[in-house]
Amino acid sequence: MTAQDTAAASLKRTPLYEQHRQLGARLVEFGGWEMPVQYGGILEEHRAVRTRAGLFDVSHMGEFRVTGAGALAFLQHLVPNDVSRLALNQALYTQLCRPDAGVVDDLLVYHLAENTYMLVVNAGNIDKDFAWIQQQSQGFEIELTNQSDETGLIALQGPVALAILQPLTKVDLSAIAYYHCMPGMVSRANCLISRTGYTGEDGFELYCSANEVTDLWQALLAAGKEHGLLPTGLGARDTLRLEAAYCLYDHELDDATNPLEAGLAWTVKLAKGDFIGHDALAKIKADGLKRKLVGIEMVERGVCRGGYAIYDGEQQIGVLTSGAPSPTLNKNIGMGYVEITQAVAGKTVQIDIRGRRTGAQIVALPFYKRSK
Amino acid sequence: MAGLTHPADLKYTKSDEWVRVEGDQATIGITDYAQDQLGDIVYIELPWDAQTLAHEDKFGDIESVKATSELITPLSGEVVKANEALKDNPELINDSPYDDGWMVVVKLSNPAELDGLMDATQYKAYLEAR
Repeated sequence: MTAQDTAAASLKRTPLYEQHRQLGARLVEFGGWEMPVQYGGILEEHRAVRTRAGLFDVSHMGEFRVTGAGALAFLQHLVPNDVSRLALNQALYTQLCRPDAGVVDDLLVYHLAENTYMLVVNAGNIDKDFAWIQQQSQGFEIELTNQSDETGLIALQGPVALAILQPLTKVDLSAIAYYHCMPGMVSRANCLISRTGYTGEDGFELYCSANEVTDLWQALLAAGKEHGLLPTGLGARDTLRLEAAYCLYDHELDDATNPLEAGLAWTVKLAKGDFIGHDALAKIKADGLKRKLVGIEMVERGVCRGGYAIYDGEQQIGVLTSGAPSPTLNKNIGMGYVEITQAVAGKTVQIDIRGRRTGAQIVALPFYKRSK
Repeated sequence: MAGLTHPADLKYTKSDEWVRVEGDQATIGITDYAQDQLGDIVYIELPWDAQTLAHEDKFGDIESVKATSELITPLSGEVVKANEALKDNPELINDSPYDDGWMVVVKLSNPAELDGLMDATQYKAYLEAR
């Protein structure tokens, strides 16, 4: 056995850090933060989310507020998705693209009020994204504030999430459609209740102030106890999102990838007007993709992981961006970029695992879709 | 190290393997501490076919959900057998690291190497100091 490294002392912590310690979490470094990778075990937590519910601390993520008369025009310029189609209390998924169509980050955009939007970004990219957005806002009549440090965020995900949450709030949760939100009290916290998530299950993400998030966490754990709710760490968060084929920045998305090859054309609205990266994306679309994100399912024994090469016989045809065991499918799965001519579901390939070519096949995404 | 067990009748290595000596053969596995550190084990590669091992050779790979790690032998000798049950059920290592989770049996070619191993008391002290 070789030793593992331990987390450095200078990492950031969310307000829920002490809760994680008390729950016996194993803490690891993630994007500059000290976060729980697991409490009882990754497989157990994963299965809890798929069959009952799991509770995630995602307070490390970033929240920016964009307000002002120029807010919509600015956001339309900033992201490839069509922000103008957002009703009040509706959200969309999109990216921050560079002029060459490379991805700075992926994010959610919420329309919270007249000329008021909230952007939710990845924890490891908060400073980078804020600088980028600030830079791109020159000439637009907007105010941009970074509210990340004041904002707590908890995700409650799973088939019984609604049943757990409803007794804690007067808001009719069944009336909140997917990718919509509603402000309201949950337990004693003033929340934005968002019907969104990163697991592929039904669920809610609860935004509140940082000084209310600890009470909210405890109230949710208590309310969820009889339903079998488990605190769930980043390990299961990754296996869950992989089964649902959701992209993770620095894996499926980065400066060298574009949203079209990542399978996100449904979020790119070229017809809405000009935006950063528009012409590059239009050209990529016109020329045709050179490579495409595909699913990989191991056929022979072995776990595939991000960074492993994908072969068709002697020829390397791609590389994995993510990989892990799938507790739901009981197989080992991954995602990766493959040359467009080879990117065909059903194709037999080999994955280089520690120098040994191991049999696998390309499969369509997603691996898992919840019923109903 | 509350809740973890390290049987008194075994010998231990600094890389968290245990050794059970039976005559001129030794069974090797990983300790309760090691499986706890790894988390849910999902894959193991062992010398399924006969192999000659030398002290400190890699004899396999072990993977948890998040991590991959190498297995290092403290002892030299011929691999007599490897635990085939771990191919389909690697979680046996988590559930039963000293019994059902045994990994390989080695016929010792240099029994003097056993003197370099720790006993349970020394291993526990080693864990405390880590």
